[in-house]
Amino acid sequence: MKNSKIDKSLSIVFYIFAGLFAIACLYPFLLVVGSSITDETTLLREGYKVLPDNFSFAAYRAIFSSQTIPDAYLVTLFVTIVGTVLSLIATSMAAYALSGRRLYFASHIALFFYFTMLFSGGMVSSYILTTKYLHLQNSIWVYILPALVSPWNMFLMRNFFNDIPKELFESAKLEGAGESRILRSIVIPLSLPAMATIGLFYALGYWSAWTPAMLYIDNPKLFSLQYIIMQIIRNVDMAQNIAVAGSQSTMAAAPAYTVRLATAMVTIGPIIFLYPFLQRYFVGGLKVGAIKG
Amino acid sequence: MKGLIMRNKGLRDLVYNRYLYLLAVPAILFSIIFAYLPMIGVVIAFQDFNPIKGLWGSTWIGLKNFAFFFRGQDWLIITYNTVFFNLMFIFTGTLLSLTLAIMLTELGKNAAVRFMQSIMILPNFISWPIVGLFSVAFFTADSGVINLFLTSIGSKTIDFYTNAEIWPLILVLLNLWKTAGFGAIVYMAAIIGIDKELYEAARIDGASRVQSIFRITLPLLKSTIVMLFLLSLGGIFGGNLDMIFSLVGDNTFLTSRTDTIDTYVFRALRTSGSLGMTQAIALYQSVVGFILVVAANKLAGKLDKDSALF
Repeated sequence: MKNSKIDKSLSIVFYIFAGLFAIACLYPFLLVVGSSITDETTLLREGYKVLPDNFSFAAYRAIFSSQTIPDAYLVTLFVTIVGTVLSLIATSMAAYALSGRRLYFASHIALFFYFTMLFSGGMVSSYILTTKYLHLQNSIWVYILPALVSPWNMFLMRNFFNDIPKELFESAKLEGAGESRILRSIVIPLSLPAMATIGLFYALGYWSAWTPAMLYIDNPKLFSLQYIIMQIIRNVDMAQNIAVAGSQSTMAAAPAYTVRLATAMVTIGPIIFLYPFLQRYFVGGLKVGAIKG
Repeated sequence: MKGLIMRNKGLRDLVYNRYLYLLAVPAILFSIIFAYLPMIGVVIAFQDFNPIKGLWGSTWIGLKNFAFFFRGQDWLIITYNTVFFNLMFIFTGTLLSLTLAIMLTELGKNAAVRFMQSIMILPNFISWPIVGLFSVAFFTADSGVINLFLTSIGSKTIDFYTNAEIWPLILVLLNLWKTAGFGAIVYMAAIIGIDKELYEAARIDGASRVQSIFRITLPLLKSTIVMLFLLSLGGIFGGNLDMIFSLVGDNTFLTSRTDTIDTYVFRALRTSGSLGMTQAIALYQSVVGFILVVAANKLAGKLDKDSALF
């Protein structure tokens, strides 16, 4: 009986520890949500607070009526959607070709992809290649093309495909279906969870990208959301410009600080919205990766 | 003779499975362009590179770029910071993730546990620039949460953005905040794989909860822990550019304690003139990184044959 008493108090300790960590994870979000709907002068006077004393949605009105944020939102949406679709197409094609060890050169091709995970030419040569030879600077494709195929995701998808019984391919082949037809109408429909998992991996990568904008983009119309965030972290003038343009007010009255926080909130928005899916598929994919990797 | 047969077999396969090979071509092309072509660019490290003269027109200067880099102090500082941060991240991350995973599985499956779990992995999905922006709310000189708290208890405030010494701690804590909850899920998956009967038997024999954690869970997790640890050791030359640049930027007050190889190269690329020198640093990182990854994978493969992904 002594044991059960200790066990009970142990449970309480565990709840407290895990609970505190969970609160620490959630608190910054609440703080930024709360502060983003605070009146600007109150924020500057009283500091950041979860529950604001004076509510104001001026910052949100400002960012949606300025040009900068809606433009960046469109850029990021385009990059994420088009990028993810193209990535999934190229990745699933290669993963299918390498699955099931049907090809004589399958292991050679796998090594070819694997090597790119081990050794990289570095940022400098990528920079020279992108600007001097491919001329991708100031093009929206610079966000997508270099990141199109991730070997890690390709191998993960191949491992998923390996679990599909080979007999299915063979009987489809006997009935005269071509390889790309088999991929489209048998393999992909059978691996929707895998496609969702890896699609989310890619989408999150595209959604979070800021380095391409920093290195290659000068045209403000092509800035991604994350790059705008990077700029306004260190440069209140940038937030001020958005605030002034959006709220049509004077420099002094423009909600520059709350605009920063509101921008962060609209950038997180879709992630919170997709969170149930992220949890379900991302965690599933991670477990496969962890066990195999 | 044998070679000829093999080539024939390969050729036959190329013809017979041509459509299957064709499917891999787009990914191979992208790999060639964006991963293999830059590898040719490593030769810049041995040149006094001039963008106008290009890759083949620039003057070759042998190892001068490396000599210059290794003669100075910078390479020691950035190598130290890079390795130090990665080791700290691995140790603290493993410890906290493991603790959380054991606690959450011990508490069993109920709504409260599931809720805590959902919250813990939320930071993992947030980009580092957003974390950077959040951190401003905490560290700003007068309106930041931490300094408001310090003022309210009558303590002196801290000027975070000019005080380099405090940043290693901040980076370790923020890394834990962002990754530990997600890491816990990996260990939870491993714990759930442990045979339940072991715990039953232990309980019947009168073992306490603490005993079954230390005598069953931890010993059986050892191989998973060692494996994940080894594989992450392969990455200790990675520079965490996304994280550190998002949090610190080009703040020169802090670089002595926060600059890693990646952030150094990234800054040099945007500001300094000598691309050759910058490439020399990047090549140093790539080569050492390559050796470490291969060694870590070899070691992991020796310990557990099933763990190799490739």
